[in-house]
This record gives sequence, C-alpha cells and structure tokens, in this order.
Amino acid sequence: MYQATWQHTTYRFDNLKDLMAKATPPRSGDVLAGVAAASAEENVAAKMALADVPLKTFLSELLIPYEEDDVTRLIIDRHDAAAFAPVSSMTVGQFRDWLLSEKATTEALSRLTPGLTPEMIAAVSKLMRNQDLILVARKVSVITRFRNTIGLKGRLSVRLQPNHPTDDPKGIAASVIDGLMYGCGDAVIGINPATDNVGAIIDMLSMLDRMIDRLEIPTQSCVLTHVTTSIEAISRGAPVDLVFQSIGGTEALNSSFGVTLGILKEGREAALSLKRGTVGDNVMYFETGQGAALSADAHHGVDQQTLEARAYAVAREFKPLLVNTVVGFIGPEYLYSGKEIIRAGLEDHFCGKLMGIPMGCDVCYTNHAEADQDDMDTLLTLLGAAGVTFVMGIPGADDIMLNYQSTSFHDSLYVREALGLRRAPEFEAWLERMGIMEPGGRIITEKPTKALLEHAAGAAA
Amino acid sequence: MTPDDPWLNLRQFTEARIGLGRSGAGMPTTEVLKFSMAHAQARDAVKTPIEWTGVEDDLKTLGLTPLRITSAAPDRDTYLRRPDLGRRLSPESRQTLSALSPSATDLLIIIGDGLSSTAITANAVATVAALLPLARQNEWRLGPVLLATQARVALCDDAGEFLKARAAVMLIGERPGLSSPDSLGAYLTWEPRVGRKDGERNCISNIRNGGISSDEAAFKIAWLLREAFRRRLTGVNLKDESNYQLEVSKRPAALSSP
Repeated sequence: MYQATWQHTTYRFDNLKDLMAKATPPRSGDVLAGVAAASAEENVAAKMALADVPLKTFLSELLIPYEEDDVTRLIIDRHDAAAFAPVSSMTVGQFRDWLLSEKATTEALSRLTPGLTPEMIAAVSKLMRNQDLILVARKVSVITRFRNTIGLKGRLSVRLQPNHPTDDPKGIAASVIDGLMYGCGDAVIGINPATDNVGAIIDMLSMLDRMIDRLEIPTQSCVLTHVTTSIEAISRGAPVDLVFQSIGGTEALNSSFGVTLGILKEGREAALSLKRGTVGDNVMYFETGQGAALSADAHHGVDQQTLEARAYAVAREFKPLLVNTVVGFIGPEYLYSGKEIIRAGLEDHFCGKLMGIPMGCDVCYTNHAEADQDDMDTLLTLLGAAGVTFVMGIPGADDIMLNYQSTSFHDSLYVREALGLRRAPEFEAWLERMGIMEPGGRIITEKPTKALLEHAAGAAA
Repeated sequence: MTPDDPWLNLRQFTEARIGLGRSGAGMPTTEVLKFSMAHAQARDAVKTPIEWTGVEDDLKTLGLTPLRITSAAPDRDTYLRRPDLGRRLSPESRQTLSALSPSATDLLIIIGDGLSSTAITANAVATVAALLPLARQNEWRLGPVLLATQARVALCDDAGEFLKARAAVMLIGERPGLSSPDSLGAYLTWEPRVGRKDGERNCISNIRNGGISSDEAAFKIAWLLREAFRRRLTGVNLKDESNYQLEVSKRPAALSSP
C-alpha cells in the first residue's frame, strides 16, 4: 500500500503496479486498460508517492511475478548488485535529481546500467519533464558495430526503409537509390516485406546484398521478417546481415509474436555463424512500441510505458545493433495525439538509453491519430537534441506498404542541418567517395550518380 | 524535369514519393502541398460523419431493406479511444434488433462506417450490387442490410447473434492511407457470435478504384462464402483460392447478369 497526502486529501494506491500506472503522464492506452489515474490530481499525487519509493523496492516488489513471466526472471537474474550500489540507497525522486546532476557523467551512467531494472527507469521517467528526458538521455553513450559504427557522439544514423506493396525488386531499388542520394541508410537498409514466403525473402536479401557488395556501401541490410523465417533463410544459405524481431515486455506478448527467449538466442547464433560483420558483431534488430501488450491482452494490468521499458531488457540480452520504438504506429486508442506520441517517443528513447541499448525511433503516426507532420518535426527535433541513435528515412515520409507516415529523407537533412548531426563515419567517407556528399555533410547532387544507377539496375535485375 | 531525367525512369517502378527534389533541406513547395492534401483527404475520411441517406436510397432501389443501427460509442472521439465500444450495439439498436421477428438469415450484410466514411460513400453500394446476383444464385436468404454508425468489425458478431445469421459480411471503411482514403474492407464471419476472434474471419482488403474493384471483391466474397457454408468455418483455415478460379473462368458473365 502506497499513499500521498496533499492538503486534506489522502490518495491511496493498492500496490506498486497501481502506483506506477497512476503516476504515468496521461495517455489513451492506460485509460483503455482501466489502469490510469482518475483525475489530474490523483496523477500528481501518485507521482509524489512514487518519488518517495526506494529504488530497492523494485527488486522485491515485482510488478509481474517471477514464477509467471520469463521477462521478469531475465530482469531479476541479470541484475548486477555491485553496479547498482552507487544508487541503491536512493528513492525514485532522489534518483531523478542525481541523474540530472553533474555526478551522473557518461562514464558513471555506463557503469550503472547493468544495475538498473526497466521498472526503476520507467519509474524515474514518470517524474521527469520532457527536458529532463532529453538531457539525461543525451549523456548516455551506446555504440554498436556491424559494417559501420553507430551511436558516436554528435552522430545520427538513418534506416533507409524502401518498402513496396508487392515487394517489387525494381520498386525497392528505386527507393534505395533515392535514399542513398540523400545520404540515408547508415543504420540499415531495411525492408518490411509484404510476404512471409521464405523464397521471396531470400530474393530480397540477395538483391540488397548485391547492391551493398557492388557499391561497397559500409552498411548492413535487413528484411524484417519473423526470426524463424530468418533462421530458415540462413539455413538455406541466404546472406542475412541482421536478424529482425518484434519483441515486448512480457512472456505472453512475446508468445503472441511467436517467439521465446530461446528462439531469439537461436536467431542471434545463426546470424553470428555467418560472420558477415566487418567492424563488429551486433547482429540483431528489434522493434517495440507502447500498447502492444494491451492489444495482445498480455499486459498483466501494468501501464504501457513500464511494459515498453521491460522490452528493452529483452533487447539488451541479445546485444542488438539497433532497437526501434515504432512510437505512433499502433493508433489513437494507445497514443491519442501528437502530444502523447511526442511524450512516449522521448520516454522510450530515455529508457532505452539508460538500459544501455542503441535506441532509435520511428517518429510516426497513422491517419486516425490526432497528429500531423508538424508533430513529427517537433519529436524529430527533440530526439535529435536527446542524441537518438537513428530514425527512419522513407520517400516523402509516406510508407506505401504499411500505410502510415514517418520521417522522410528530407527530414534527415533537416535535423542534420538544424542540430549539426553527422552520419556514421565509414558511411560518411563512402558518400564523399561516391560524389554524393561534400566534406562537411552537404549533399551535392540532385540526380542519381551514374555509378549508383548502373549498379542498382544490375542488382535488381 | 527534363526528358532525360533518370528519376522519370525510376518512378515507373514505384508509387513511392521518390525524386521529389529539394529546397535546401526541405521539400519543394508543390510536394509539401500535395502531401498536405493527401493527409487532409485521409483526415476527412476519418472525421466526416457518415451520411446514410444516399446509401439507403440505392439499397432500396436494389430491392433491399436497409436498417440503421449504432454501436455503443456515442461519438467519433469516443469511438477512436474505445474500440471495445465500437464492437457492441447501443442499447437502442439492441432493442431495434430484438423487436425484429426472427427470420432465417443465411447471410447478414452489414455496412459500417469504420475509419473511412469516404470508403462507404465511394464503394459500399457498388460492392453490394455486385454481390447480390451471386447471393441469389446461391439462394442465400438475406435479412435487412444493417447500416452501422461508429462501427468496428466485431459489431457484426453482436448483430449477427440477434439475427441468428449463419454468416455475415461486414463492409467497413479501412484505416485510410495517404494515397487510399477510400479503401473498403470486407470481413466474412461464419456464425457471427459475440467472442469471435479476428483469426476466425476472412478479409478482402483494399476495395477501391485503383485497388480491388467491387466486381472482383464480390466474386471473392461469394467464393469464400460458398466455401464457408460448405465447410462451416471462416478464418485462417479457409484460404482464398478464388484467384485461381478467376483465372480459370476468365471472369464469368454471371458476374453481371442476375
């Protein structure tokens, strides 16, 4: 039982799960789940009560029982008490103050990460304003490598997302060329396939492999299909760089995705066996998003933001190259408006970084959400300031396969220019060699270079 | 754009917005405005309240009996926030349906606004009109055609249970895409009863000008329904193989004659 008294009213909260949910900044998904605070005052009272909870409590009062959920077991079994020691006597409120202080340096945060649980991080995020989420996340350094180096300070990478409604190879290649001409694609060239047919997936993997190989692009490819399909493709000799999977913060949600921790391990080992990375071996690409657990009826009455943070414990276990919160894709019953999407995007990035994972964000919305491209500009700018690892690059921000709007190739030019953010160093050097970019980062040309066109045409043939 | 512009060449391969050009880091004005218009159309499709009068008149002309119902979501805002309410009948509609004398209904046709009223106005009547001769051919007994406001797909389960329908086809406005604000979906449910899961339905998506035509959709719906009546199920265990049939029969004349 937790409580907070303000003037003459005392608010009581049944347990830590209830307190966490009621302390969460308002969003439609928690209302839909029936776990949100009933009033604005109750919301703030819950934050006050949460601020007084010792961080240690999160190690003894588990939101989802240890016996019932393998994500809880992963979190508890991996917790590093020695790393936790410097903050172990703090309350959630004191932890916020410490994170914002000069004591929380980049190095101190790196050392602390294995000692933090997702629930502790989610709790402190609930006490933070957007500016706190930005400044603290900015201090965290997470660097990953496969064929290039992602996450260096002052850098921002972009996933080139060349989706096509029928997976037409020429259609995909046309979008890849367009994206490369804007200097996009250093995070990954990643296709969401329309099909889950293994043969078709292998064709797409081979096409991207030929393109990357012939043009000597220091980047990696991914076809975002189920982990078991990637394993099958690998067993048939397909050139798989990164293994993809959607993951979540509960065993039941992962089960609804058709995965277990064991299958994810198997996927990682299959990709590692190919030894395709040149500068590192981070071979996993994960996607997550608030609300997924509720939509799969796998939420255990826990608020959606806390569950999202728990998904990052799953991600961390498999040393991913990239993790992407697809923040506004799920729809207005979970995140209603631009305001809610912006808040969630900053929370997810903050929690992911404190968990020590390479956090990117699909800054996006659907057409039934109360949001538009201006909201995306705002979130993109804030995430750029927060040091986001990567964002999406989609032709004209319009994904014609998945029917939603994200960030465009142009948007990446915008955020680079506005905030002085550079591309991954190996990719930057390649762009200069190809005559696409001049030193300093400015894109030189309007038209695709001859070399690019010829190679791409060959790869797609 | 000059004739030798390589972008012209690349654009033939995809509808994606490639080769837009730049104004500095930004998009050129014309592209920004085109994008805004596409988004405005999609927003209007979601926000514009459905106007049933025209649909009703057209259905009567086809010899059908339209009947308006509403879900438990009282307004658009609630509808968007509470999908559970859109899956249940309002108390008034519950009364309306229970007052109907129970008659043997093989196929319940229900048209729901869903997330796009534009889709209903543009494509619903044409799809019903194309389906009607095929329904008659198969001697499926039709009840009233329900016109459902603030509807989600599963509303057909609640309504179907009242009418004891053997099967239901829900024609519903899909989540509008930027280039497809008028896309209609058809969801088929064998023995629609409260509690059916999404995996127990078949779906034909993207019914619109530029996607699947209403004739083609009606053919697929009828094909799947025939199989559903024969095998007494819909859903993941019922695969749509009507494409093959369509190829074999080369779009039979039966499509256009009653």
